[in-house]
Amino acid sequence: MKFFNDHFKLFGTALGLFVGLTIVVAITPALNNQENNAPLPNAIPLSKDAIAGKNSFIANGCVACHTQQVRNVDMDKMWGSRPNIAADYAANTRIDLWRNTATLMGTERTGPDLTNVGTRQPSVAWNLLHLYQPRAVVEKSIMPAYPWLFKVKDKVEEGETEVIVPEPFRKGVRGKIVASEEALQLVAYLQSLKQTPLPDGKVTPDFLYQKELKTAGSAGDGANLADGRALYSTHCQSCHQANGEGLKGAFPPLKGSPVVLGDDLELFVTIIMKGYDARPEYAVMNAVGTDNKLTPEEVAAIINHEKTSWGNNAKTVSPEEVKKIIDFIKITTEQ
Amino acid sequence: MDSTYLFNESGILLTIFLIAIPIIVASLIVLVKTYAILNDYRKKKNLEQFYERLKRLSPEEIERLEQRKKELSFSLSNKELAGDAPPSDSRGLIDNISHEEDIRFVPSKKKSQPRPFIEPGLTKLILWYLGCATFWLLFGTTVGEYLGIKFTAPDIDHISWLSFGRLRPVHTNAVFWGWSSLAMLGLAYYVVPRVSNAAIASLRLGYISLICVNACVVLGSLFLMAGINNGGGEYREYIWPAMALLAAGVVLSLFNFIFTIGQRTTKEIYVSNWYIISAMMFLLVIALVAYVPAWQSGLGETIIQGYYMHQGVGMWFMLFCLGLMYYFLPQQLNKPIYSYGLGILAFWTQILFYKLIGTHHFIFSAIPWWLQTVAIVGSVGMVIPVIAGTTNFLMTFKGSWNKLSGSYTLPFYLIGIIFYFTGSLQGTAEAFRFTNLVWHFTDFTVAHSHLTMYGIICFMLWACIYTIVPRLTGKEPPQIAVGAHFWLALIGLLFYTVPLMIGSTLKGLMWMDGKPFMDSVVMMAPYWLWRAIGGTLMWLSHLLFAYNFYVMINRKREVVIPASPIAILKSKEELEKQVLTF
Repeated sequence: MKFFNDHFKLFGTALGLFVGLTIVVAITPALNNQENNAPLPNAIPLSKDAIAGKNSFIANGCVACHTQQVRNVDMDKMWGSRPNIAADYAANTRIDLWRNTATLMGTERTGPDLTNVGTRQPSVAWNLLHLYQPRAVVEKSIMPAYPWLFKVKDKVEEGETEVIVPEPFRKGVRGKIVASEEALQLVAYLQSLKQTPLPDGKVTPDFLYQKELKTAGSAGDGANLADGRALYSTHCQSCHQANGEGLKGAFPPLKGSPVVLGDDLELFVTIIMKGYDARPEYAVMNAVGTDNKLTPEEVAAIINHEKTSWGNNAKTVSPEEVKKIIDFIKITTEQ
Repeated sequence: MDSTYLFNESGILLTIFLIAIPIIVASLIVLVKTYAILNDYRKKKNLEQFYERLKRLSPEEIERLEQRKKELSFSLSNKELAGDAPPSDSRGLIDNISHEEDIRFVPSKKKSQPRPFIEPGLTKLILWYLGCATFWLLFGTTVGEYLGIKFTAPDIDHISWLSFGRLRPVHTNAVFWGWSSLAMLGLAYYVVPRVSNAAIASLRLGYISLICVNACVVLGSLFLMAGINNGGGEYREYIWPAMALLAAGVVLSLFNFIFTIGQRTTKEIYVSNWYIISAMMFLLVIALVAYVPAWQSGLGETIIQGYYMHQGVGMWFMLFCLGLMYYFLPQQLNKPIYSYGLGILAFWTQILFYKLIGTHHFIFSAIPWWLQTVAIVGSVGMVIPVIAGTTNFLMTFKGSWNKLSGSYTLPFYLIGIIFYFTGSLQGTAEAFRFTNLVWHFTDFTVAHSHLTMYGIICFMLWACIYTIVPRLTGKEPPQIAVGAHFWLALIGLLFYTVPLMIGSTLKGLMWMDGKPFMDSVVMMAPYWLWRAIGGTLMWLSHLLFAYNFYVMINRKREVVIPASPIAILKSKEELEKQVLTF
């Protein structure tokens, strides 16, 4: 055909088709999104430290393993309270002359999603130790260690943050391990990663592909009870450890703990729901229960797991008892 | 989730079926070869028994045999018709007779075809391209191998420049832009002038283009390791100054090729050139769209990212390699392509459907739902060009399957074609919403990208390189090393991808069941170990490839005493010339 024998016409047509489709499927939707999008009114802009931390997050290629997107599917529920919407990413613009916009949504979830990690794991002490050596807090983690974000000093000066690293992970380091400014900024960024609640009146998008509840056949034989071990593993284990012994100088043991073994259920539930900072030798505990919206059944399952594991042998509690206390806490907090 | 439920999902069944194909083909090749070896062995045994019998022959039997031998060996004198005139073969019909007396462990394969006339300057340019590409293959996959090890030994080093997040893009970009792209461009410098039947427009532009692309990879890798990257999108990690060098390199070569095509002495533009020129134009469009900041605020960045990463692989690597295949496969089989029309159909449908599928990397994300659906529809549409292409290649193969066992390049072509079929259709299966649910965010994506970028692109490039380098230099690689390269690469790839796919399916199901995240990491450990083992085999095969390449360009010429009449006359002529100059 004549048309195909003219290289200008042939290649011109191919290029035209390609560019045309590019405009339709890429450029127009992107521009459209940009124009009809704005950050949520109650979204908190990143602090100066958090911006610096985000740059460090980008430089170290953390996005290779960590996503920042809660999809609208049921399995993503563990990473946030609602699916992400376009407005959540609206505040991202070009970084500088050299570098492009970084929404950091990611395509690989080799490590946990970080959309809501600021709520899930806000502890500075935990995050610093985890950055210095992930395996010091999460035994089976395969995350790289970032010791170059820390300095070794003879003396901790005022305003500096020391990281208490357990002996086996010091690898012959003598002296005090102190977090660098970059490490603190990175943690500030991680702490800032919280899902913004939708403004009143806006409908929260649904999670799709909900699991069907197994109702048939389970005659109350505990099949529907929350799994205490799994919940402990998700919410508690990274600090208190799988063996319940905690980490010396950072996180207290639950094995043989008077709170766990004792009868003061109100104290126990309050610690889980509201956090704890009564003991200076340990790091601050965040309000794990409230932050993760744990139900009374789940809290009871965690409590019972802790009361009966690692040699602990105390009387278990019922969800009803826990619910009463949680309701009470809610009333007192609101007042 | 019930595991039987999983096997009711069409996407999953399709994937299992697709993965089974290359495994079955590889097993068939192994079976045929094993059967041949066994057969040889059995015949040898029979021969031994026969010898035993020979030793015990009685004199009468021997006499009878002698008698019969005499009778049988009666022959005419051969001069009954011709008289005393010497025999002649005036049309040169009898030539290149090969003798094979004993059974060899490494069967000898067909030698490469005699060298066509290629300008020595162009030969040198092509070899430079392929040499640089080989270097980047070694570099990139050494980095990849190291990253694979880091999954099982995360504390292997604590150096910031070598940390996982920084090295991962070094690996992907080095094999993309350094290895594959340079190899493709180098091969195009052979194909474009040959199918246009014209000399290349400018060798100088070729060298400048080569320098630009190399500089891009060196600079980009150093930046990445120093912690300077473009902000996260996959394969878009090089910052724009590095990427601009790549674009400049491609622009120069593109002009070079278009001028060459403009000066063609053939009327038609052969379909290879359609693919090659389009791939180059499209890469420039893609890079431009991806690096211009105007439409990249907020989610726009992600929409462009989906577009960029998928057009990058489909419109640059895939399209380019298909163009090379349309030249090299018929060449190597010594017959025309089965259907020129199918090649054209595949060309236009590839542009149409591939274009749409970018956002299938972000299904269920906050990207508009309609755009996600378009991507899924486009992924299904890809069935058309893939089947058209595969059919075309396989039908070209038809009738020449016997050549497969006698050639060291054809197995590379065949595996490339099979993975083109399975790898591409697997991409379609992955884009369905349910399969996306199980596999997205897991190592399945990594397995898929290796099945395609390695199984398709690398195997096709190796096929082409083993085809032309011996023609350019007149030197052949050792066949045992080529065979070892082929098998290590293929087995390594399967060890790499199959465990990753199984492990990541289990991982996805654990996530859907709401199991603690850490449990899924612990579960993956053995599968990651298998991946590292497969990766090691692949890496070893690249060492062999590099060795073969070295031999092809640098092997000492054997001392050959001219035997054929042509060679005798030629050397006599040369000898006389030398005498004259003395």
